[in-house]
Amino acid sequence: MGKHVLLIEDEPNIIEAIRFILSRDGWEVDTHANGQDAVELVRRKSPDLVILDVMLPGKSGYDILRELRSDPGSEGLPVLMLTARGQAKDRELAERIGASRFMTKPFSNADMLDAVRDLVSA
Amino acid sequence: MSREPLTGSRIRERRGIAGLRQVDLARSVGISASYLNLIEHNRRRIGGKLLLQIAEALEVEPALLSEGAEARVVAALREAAADRADAAAELDRIDEFAGRFPGWARLLAELQGRGVALEQIVETLTDRLAHDPHLAASLHEVLSTVTAIRSTAAILSDTAGLEPEWRDRFQRNIREDSKRLAESVQGLVTYLDNAGDAGSGATSPQEEIERHHAEHGYHVPSLEPGGDGDPAEIASGLGSATARFAMERHLRRYRSDAAAMPLEPALDQVARTGLDPLAFARAFGTDCAAAMRRLAALPQDRMPGPLGAVICDASGTLTFRRPVEGFALPRFGAACPFWPLFQALSRPQVPLSVPVAQAGRDGGRFRAYAVAQPVLAADFNADPLLEATMLLVPEEIAVQTGDHGDGATVRQVGPACRICPQPSCPARREPSILADGF
Repeated sequence: MGKHVLLIEDEPNIIEAIRFILSRDGWEVDTHANGQDAVELVRRKSPDLVILDVMLPGKSGYDILRELRSDPGSEGLPVLMLTARGQAKDRELAERIGASRFMTKPFSNADMLDAVRDLVSA
Repeated sequence: MSREPLTGSRIRERRGIAGLRQVDLARSVGISASYLNLIEHNRRRIGGKLLLQIAEALEVEPALLSEGAEARVVAALREAAADRADAAAELDRIDEFAGRFPGWARLLAELQGRGVALEQIVETLTDRLAHDPHLAASLHEVLSTVTAIRSTAAILSDTAGLEPEWRDRFQRNIREDSKRLAESVQGLVTYLDNAGDAGSGATSPQEEIERHHAEHGYHVPSLEPGGDGDPAEIASGLGSATARFAMERHLRRYRSDAAAMPLEPALDQVARTGLDPLAFARAFGTDCAAAMRRLAALPQDRMPGPLGAVICDASGTLTFRRPVEGFALPRFGAACPFWPLFQALSRPQVPLSVPVAQAGRDGGRFRAYAVAQPVLAADFNADPLLEATMLLVPEEIAVQTGDHGDGATVRQVGPACRICPQPSCPARREPSILADGF
């Protein structure tokens, strides 16, 4: 299994921290900060894993996930959703539309690494 | 609680205390004993003059017999008993209780009132956390910053042999983020301070009306054709004069809309043409705005999906709001000028159908139908007074029920400037707290 991750998140310092942690763990990390063309970028980069923030400028993470799941090319792609709201309702929605995993901000670096490793080895 | 039942019982009670027979009291005030009997059993209303005479004959203050504070106490006791039916309070002996233990009864009534008031405050506070977009956005900002700080701090402390360039960079990030966090938190505290106490917030006319709608729904069965509801009476339950006025106005219009588009035919029509207001208006021969109002007033459990509605007058002031998840309606301040609602005002009488997406967290895709129409028949040589109405139907529901749109591009709209993330917007009138603001 490859170790190419695409991080879609709009908070620059979160991007920097995650990129650092994952790079040190041997991942190739691409980042993207806009929701609008995120789906197209996933198609082009074909990563092994997508880390997707729910709240993005241009398009919500939920909509992006819906589009990814309706495309045969990405319906099985592991997607880790990040959100600043840990309400049951958000989690349910994420699960319903096909998130592989759901993580609430603020998360610890160890949790992030575990989640990412799990998702790709699964 | 009406006053009569109580007054009759009290007369009977006082007559007993005075040791008078029914027939004697009746004679002394010039009525028949059987009529007094009816009054005492609360089967006849008792007028002012007769009440005064009876009070005089019984040698008590008339106020003792009439309603006043006591009736309010009994009403509150009834309310308390209804709220806590499990306690099985002896409702049939409520007058006896209030009469024999007036102090305890008052205390209980006061506690009931206090309980209700506190419940309302709690409800408002809960509502704030869930629906106040400003508060939600501020908390989101705080959580994002905390996430960055936590992650960065862990890198700094846990990475053995971190290169100096990286160390400097992460230290700088932490410095920036902690400054931002301090500012966000300060802004949040200021906002919460200024928001005042929940009690006063809960009584703003708009919130009162919204609470009423949230409790009772937007469908009012008693105002449907054949129902015996009265707009003024329903509106009289609201606290402030402004809220009562707006509510009564809304309900009067509700009643005439319901008469023009009766419930069952309206629901049949929805089953046939979905939530398309124009098809609905054609079917009933009404105007498009009336059709939108009616669609927003049909019972939610019999509709194909959720929908929202807003009405504004020609000044852009929102006069009716029915929120729908995924499309934030500003709680205070003005809305986004890109809403089709406002566009409709500049194209009177032209019904618009525009696919919209609300920018920002939780923003959903909707079909917005909007139209501006004169509210009054224009006078000679007078400009019409316009009112705009907008119906918001979730895109998937619009498509499901047969309206596939005409492929127009989706328009990005905001909730309100303050919480809108659009970075460059020609209509921006204040900085966003989501970007560099605060």
